[in-house]
Amino acid sequence: MKTRYSYGGDEHIFVEMDEEMSLDAFFKALFITNAVRDAKIKGVTEICPANASMQIKFDPDVIKPADMLSELKKFESVAEKAEPVIKTRIIEIPVYYNDPWTHETLMRFRERHQDPKSTDIEYAARINNLDGPDGFIKAHSGAPWFVSMVGFVAGLPFLYQMVDRQRQIEAPKYLRPRTDTPKLTIGHGGCFGCIYSVRGAGGYQMFGITPMPIYDPNQKISYLRDFMCLFKPGDIVKWKPIDRAQYDATVADVDAGKFAPLMRNVTFSLADFHKDIDASNRKLNEVLHGH
Amino acid sequence: MAIKVLKPGLATTVQDLGRPGYYNIGIPLSGGMDRLATRTANMLVGNDEGAAVLEAVFMGPELEFTADATVAVTGADLPPKLDGAARDSWTSFTVKKGQVLSFEFLKKGARAYIAVSGGIDVPVVLGSRSTYALGALGGFKGRKLEAGDELPVGHGKGARDGRSVPANLRRAPGNPAELRMVPGLYWHRITDEAGKHFFADTWKVAPEADRIGYRFKGGRPLDFVPRQQPFGAGSDPSNIVDACYPYGSIQVPGGTEPIVLHRDAVSGGGYFMVGTVISADMDLIGQLQPHTQARFVGVDLDTALKARHEREGLLHKVREALS
Repeated sequence: MKTRYSYGGDEHIFVEMDEEMSLDAFFKALFITNAVRDAKIKGVTEICPANASMQIKFDPDVIKPADMLSELKKFESVAEKAEPVIKTRIIEIPVYYNDPWTHETLMRFRERHQDPKSTDIEYAARINNLDGPDGFIKAHSGAPWFVSMVGFVAGLPFLYQMVDRQRQIEAPKYLRPRTDTPKLTIGHGGCFGCIYSVRGAGGYQMFGITPMPIYDPNQKISYLRDFMCLFKPGDIVKWKPIDRAQYDATVADVDAGKFAPLMRNVTFSLADFHKDIDASNRKLNEVLHGH
Repeated sequence: MAIKVLKPGLATTVQDLGRPGYYNIGIPLSGGMDRLATRTANMLVGNDEGAAVLEAVFMGPELEFTADATVAVTGADLPPKLDGAARDSWTSFTVKKGQVLSFEFLKKGARAYIAVSGGIDVPVVLGSRSTYALGALGGFKGRKLEAGDELPVGHGKGARDGRSVPANLRRAPGNPAELRMVPGLYWHRITDEAGKHFFADTWKVAPEADRIGYRFKGGRPLDFVPRQQPFGAGSDPSNIVDACYPYGSIQVPGGTEPIVLHRDAVSGGGYFMVGTVISADMDLIGQLQPHTQARFVGVDLDTALKARHEREGLLHKVREALS
């Protein structure tokens, strides 16, 4: 990993931990971000971790850019020495794969896709050597995912699957972005998954939809009353495949204010993960289901 | 009191100085795109500089007042009319109960700021009254104005008629507009040759120009330094592992059309960026119409800071002129 610093005009500093994605790069970005937040530096107005980088926005009238840069470099050495252990949450997100709404949308934009003759999930299964949509769903929902960044639009999580690189699902973005994506679509581009928090343009492959809102600017939904966005970088997500009947029932429960996502506090160690990925993921699953 | 929206204009929104602090979860800064004009409009009507105003783009709204108020219009040259009679821009004037404020066609610039004494009193959401339409957040019901809306207005002491900002203190872009930027971020991804013609070429504002970002067309495509794409970045040479996008950053998807992100920026994504427009010149972008010519001028950080202080000095002079 080679850390690279760059000024983003007179109000930002951008720090790239690594050109390529890895959990190590993500952890380093997260640790520097947390250290900057804890330091409560005067003049810093935005502190944003991303997948393998981070960015801060500051007021150069309060702290000089060069001073801000040297502060950040101090945090880098602290982050490198920190034990890569975080206290976080694991959240189960129900997914109705191959649902009719994303299907209707992907058919509407078929001419913008790499493979107009198959669906997004069939295409992704084929190029990742998985056994059709069923094999794909098994791989996609089999191991948990880290929320490695929140952004693009309000509350949208970028997700990175917690498996070794050989098992990472990779898929290109659409050849030309769509002008429409249903709200709460489960998408994928490059090595990242996402949940579209609002309806709108998008270029990620579409695999399914969740009945569970993740962004509510009106804060009416029971579990979004405290804050309008569900996700924070560092959260862990586990997909749970559901069928149409379960989808409809969950939508009704959300509308009635009766739905609460399955969510547990958990401690995650990157060192333990690297030692034995499957054992680490099994442990997370046990915590989620209360064993 | 209230303002009744008779005609909404094209995309009129409630904006103040913005909503900092939530970019890490994808909620952008928002606020008036021309911050100098936003502050000035408020000063003219006796408000705090950060009170909420209306930002009208390309076309003005038609508004009926239910009580007396002081009004001022700054920014674009979008001449105001009161009950059909011309009023001056950049100048305070009194509106009586029942009178209708409307506008001539746009003559110059892109965005006009309409301040009303007391400020537009929509609820404060996450510290701001600004509208973030993509997230249906803040402003009036999270959206642009529609006919029939009734905007609440706060209590303000108002100001006397005829307070005016001297013409030399009204900043506007030239033609071609010169946008100063600090090269950086992923500048190293393009060849030296591409870097040269990025600055040499004259670009044109594309029709896709809004509060999220401004797209530019007409310059030569940028060539990339060859590399094996890093894991997770995607296959196009303009792709990076998705990262944060600074406010003002210039991304160039596919190396063809630069996009400068503005107040309602998407907070991150997978396209490389060649640098960032300096804070002092972001106001100017808000006043560019589609098809306007523009050039990017590379500057170093010291020049950016000097320009920032000059802009601050201009704001100070406006404050003095109106005190």
